[in-house]
Amino acid sequence: MARRIEIALKDHIRDPRGERIKREIGHFFHLPVERVRTIDVYTVDAELDDAELQLVAAGPFCDQVIQEWYLDTPAATGFDYLVEVGLRPGVTDNVGRTAREAVEYLIGKQLRAGEGVYTSVQYLLSCKLSLADVESIATGLLCNTLIQRYTILDASAFTANKGMPVFVPKVLGEIKTEVKEIDLEVPDQELMRISKEGVLALTLEEMRIIQAHFRDPQVVMSRQAMGLGHRPTDVELEALAQTWSEHCKHKIFSGTVQYEDEAGNRQEIKSLFKSFIQRTTKDVREKLGDRDFCLSVFKDNAGVIRFNDDWSLVFKVETHNSPSALDPYGGALTGIVGVNRDPFGTGQGAKLIFNTDVFCFADPFYAKPLPSRLLHPRRIYEGVVEGVEHGGNKSGIPTVNGSLVFDERFAGKPLVFCGTAGIMPATINGKPSHEKHIEPGDLIIMTGGRIGKDGIHGATFSSEELNENSPVSAVQIGDPITQKRMFDFLIRARDKGLYNFITDNGAGGLSSSIGEMAGECGGCRMDLAKAPLKYAGLNPWEILISEAQERMSLAVPPAKIGEFSEMARRFGVEVSVLGEFTDSGYFHILYGERTVAYLPVAFMHEGLPPMQLPARWTPPRHEEPCIQIQNDYTDVLAQLLSSLNICSKESVVRRYDHEVQGGSVVKPFTGAANDGPSDAAVVRPILDSFEGVVVAHGICPRYSDIDTYHMTANAVDEALRNYVAVGGSLDMVAGLDNFCWCDPVLSEKTPDGDYKMAQLVRSNQALFDVCMAYNLPLISGKDSMKNDFYDGEVKISIPPTLLFSVIGRIEDARKSVTMDVKRPGDIVYLLGKTGDELGASEYLALKGFVGNHVPQVDTVKAYKRYRAYHEAVAAALVASCHDLSDGGLAVAAAESAFAGNYGMDLDLSRVLWKGDETGRNDVTLLFSESASRHLVTVHPEHCAAFEAIMGGNCFAAIGVVTAGPVLAISGLGGGTVIKASLDTLKDAWQRPLRDL
Amino acid sequence: MARAKAIVITGNGTNCEIEAAHACRLGGFDEAVIAHISDLLSGDLRLDDFHFLNLTGGFLDGDDLGSAKAQANRFTYARVDELNEHLIDQLLRFIGAGKPILGVCNGFQLMVKMGLLPAFDGNHLQQVATLTFNDCGRFQDRWVYLKNNPASPSIFTRGIEKGVYLPIRHGEGKFVVASHEVMERIEAGNLAVFKYSGPDYGEPTMTFPENPNGSDHAIAGICDESGLLMGLMPHPEAFVHRTNHPRWTREELPEEGDGLILFRNAAEYVRTKLL
Repeated sequence: MARRIEIALKDHIRDPRGERIKREIGHFFHLPVERVRTIDVYTVDAELDDAELQLVAAGPFCDQVIQEWYLDTPAATGFDYLVEVGLRPGVTDNVGRTAREAVEYLIGKQLRAGEGVYTSVQYLLSCKLSLADVESIATGLLCNTLIQRYTILDASAFTANKGMPVFVPKVLGEIKTEVKEIDLEVPDQELMRISKEGVLALTLEEMRIIQAHFRDPQVVMSRQAMGLGHRPTDVELEALAQTWSEHCKHKIFSGTVQYEDEAGNRQEIKSLFKSFIQRTTKDVREKLGDRDFCLSVFKDNAGVIRFNDDWSLVFKVETHNSPSALDPYGGALTGIVGVNRDPFGTGQGAKLIFNTDVFCFADPFYAKPLPSRLLHPRRIYEGVVEGVEHGGNKSGIPTVNGSLVFDERFAGKPLVFCGTAGIMPATINGKPSHEKHIEPGDLIIMTGGRIGKDGIHGATFSSEELNENSPVSAVQIGDPITQKRMFDFLIRARDKGLYNFITDNGAGGLSSSIGEMAGECGGCRMDLAKAPLKYAGLNPWEILISEAQERMSLAVPPAKIGEFSEMARRFGVEVSVLGEFTDSGYFHILYGERTVAYLPVAFMHEGLPPMQLPARWTPPRHEEPCIQIQNDYTDVLAQLLSSLNICSKESVVRRYDHEVQGGSVVKPFTGAANDGPSDAAVVRPILDSFEGVVVAHGICPRYSDIDTYHMTANAVDEALRNYVAVGGSLDMVAGLDNFCWCDPVLSEKTPDGDYKMAQLVRSNQALFDVCMAYNLPLISGKDSMKNDFYDGEVKISIPPTLLFSVIGRIEDARKSVTMDVKRPGDIVYLLGKTGDELGASEYLALKGFVGNHVPQVDTVKAYKRYRAYHEAVAAALVASCHDLSDGGLAVAAAESAFAGNYGMDLDLSRVLWKGDETGRNDVTLLFSESASRHLVTVHPEHCAAFEAIMGGNCFAAIGVVTAGPVLAISGLGGGTVIKASLDTLKDAWQRPLRDL
Repeated sequence: MARAKAIVITGNGTNCEIEAAHACRLGGFDEAVIAHISDLLSGDLRLDDFHFLNLTGGFLDGDDLGSAKAQANRFTYARVDELNEHLIDQLLRFIGAGKPILGVCNGFQLMVKMGLLPAFDGNHLQQVATLTFNDCGRFQDRWVYLKNNPASPSIFTRGIEKGVYLPIRHGEGKFVVASHEVMERIEAGNLAVFKYSGPDYGEPTMTFPENPNGSDHAIAGICDESGLLMGLMPHPEAFVHRTNHPRWTREELPEEGDGLILFRNAAEYVRTKLL
């Protein structure tokens, strides 16, 4: 019989978890609650005697300095309502798993199969609210009903019931191994029903290709030999749906585009990926010649570049948008621990050295009605921030760089970008670490977590827009500790040469990972009955495509399986042999003796013809705002500093461990009070060396409202100028592109698909142009193409967004430059010219306009200047440097000044101008977001040398650092146009998100 | 010549093992072995063969039952495969041999929850204090000033003048005791080695963010009466070089970071007393 152990804080101990819930009830529901206390509940479903249960309760479950334990008796007292929230059956219960292990250590033996420990939390509310209010608090805050269940009792019901009844959230399914055959000899309409209802996300054309495959007499014959009929099994159809999903196959990026520009010029583009992204890398590598540093690009889970003779760097950035929309905490947690597996599963496996996070949200203070399925942006913000916090911190990987971007349209789908870099020895056991091969006969191995119904249809569901019926099962809960254990084990197995091949088990589950591995060697034979399950009752197709987390797939030579398994046992990691790799040409899946899928590898990977995509570019015209010239812009600057895209994100960043692993050199925050915003991060991955890794990013979705070409050019430039600012070398820097688009496929649902597709084409064109000019090879990337919400009435599409990340090297991390001004008397230089480029700026957004003059990047001049600047950094001539982006010169100057706690006197008349003089005025000089600019300070004794190195580039001395804590800027007319104390400016900048 | 050997235990969510081992080596240990706990539980490695034990930072078992609780349970009950003993036997033997142990962050939480600190009267298995959720309710990564108690018996802090500046990175760092008597004994015995203070290392402070978690008596780290066992929430291994400092680009700093002295003192102790 299951027994309840409840753990309550002693009365006099503060309950920060309860206090936080109380604050959030006030914020979200504007309901008065006097007090919230919380109780942890462990439901122990195992044969333990009273003495053992008491030991467990008093020992590992209870901290007796601050807590009390209760066995079979309720702990709760003194409340009006009690809400108990636990996980639904089958949802990963991380705490329950740890509790189970603790019990096993304590009693000295393993619990039996089917026994377990389940956790839940009680919230005790002291309040004078109605049951309906409490119900809305439960469903709107305490419980995500997708993955959690709740019970509400008021005080009298609780007394009458003598507490909360025991409930064991165990999955009770009968053992079934049902394999269905699907009849595809049906009308088109029926084919589409099969696709839609099965969440297969296959188009009619794709369904017809599958239909044709199963009609092929040769196929029918080869299937007969395996005991299969002429109809596909559900296992086969699901495997094809995963493999061919937009998420896995990138059909849009590999489709054929008919592009027409505004002048009516037509162009056929066969695969954007090949024509722009791959070509960029190929052409840049050719340009670099023997200075090429790319080792493995596009073919593995992450890109690999050379760091030095002994080490290689690995980097990947992923998105996890759709799951984060449904379950922000679980979705984001899975996002970060999921991307960890990419560098870990690259080459022979890399040790992870840092994470990066970029989130795009709607305003957390959003106060308008939202469509029913959408969570409030603040809940998404809280959940995502916490999910990434737990995922990153618990994994021991520092989160060193990131940003938060706000736009109302991200209410439709938040964007959650998670990146992870790793490092590996250049060679392992004498072989290049970035290479790996499978031999036929190698065993198919799965390590890590078990398989459940979590994440079924994750790959296909994220290949559709979010809608009312998005499946519950698509969400997974990550467990950083299971993964950490597995990584500890696998790194050691790697160094001992115990496996030939490793890859991540992510979207599409075994279907994708083993499917891709089978593609490497020409086939596989895998028995799904050998896969370890979290609970009985999964059908073979579910086992094949489940995206249950913390799993890696490996190829282990039979001679090494003994040593591999024994080491795994000692590390507490589960290992299963599921079959072997072959060269049969078939993806051959069994359940026990019975063949349940028999698909030619070539058909799976190459059976899909390219999509045909129309694209037509019509430049949008926005109202051209009339710029109001004022005498004073101090208030405007303060408002800009308080805008969500510019304001301090310190309350979020401090929740992320950015220093673990001990190599932090440039931290997210810097300056006199450790609170100025750094442009990029520098870390030393090898602690006895001063070579540093530099990482930065650029993202500016606002510019897409004018032209995605310039959005992209600015994003790439922003990433590189941030990177350059801290001292990154231009001789070894690589880029990663992450496209997040709204659906660009012209259809009934998306009548403007051809415009959105044209936006994608233009973005790719810019990516190629700018990366070529900057010698930036693209080493990895990802696209997420269906970032829309559509419930049949309301459609919300995100602005097309490119996150561009760069990773590179600084020869000597001790030369790194930070953004805070260092000392009074230093000369302030502005590198780069400013133009009439307020289009889609934060300034115009503040005034309610978009405008048309989007910033344009002059890559030739910028690159030359970046090179000269880097020389100045290497010569230790630069005291501080800050990039100019959102809010332009005024914002950058304010940030550098208050970070360094010294004032600045600047003169706008000395700022270099580009283009027509008519647009030159105080507003454009202060707030234009012209690209490729840096605000640099130099000690007076270094000015001559600095100017000599910068000679031949556009730069100007525009002022001086002052001892008084005041930012003063004089305008073209000679009068002071901005004058404010640093405290005022800093407060404006810190206030908006300080308490979130 | 005999070699000074440090061990850093890792596994199940320990995260700071590499920089802790690095700090040991910089501090003067000839060897710093990173041992996965499975190496100890299999009997392949024994604590007896080392002179200095590091229980360092991380999220043992995800802090799922409260920080370090599951590991405290594992240390207490887990058996060593090849040897007829429990891990706890090795640990108590290590302490009995007068060898130093440093617990940092999650390692401090582990020591306190096992009872290794403050371990009044040499009772190493009775918990009388704890570390619980920060008053601010959130994980925090920020740098703090730690006022040193020069009268403390800690062997790790000898030679520290006023205090040290180190990062904290935790969600459960609020030091709380079981009773007034426990606190009185900690204070009377000068066992509160480090207290959170302002930049002048003056009076201890209860004000956020200088005191980042609301610890009773602003306590950031304590030792036992022998001074050989010490734990602290801040991370000394995270500040061993000036480039670790958040303001190294604007301040004149010595090459060596404030945290290294703890490891130097441990190595010095091992060389003079144990080799």
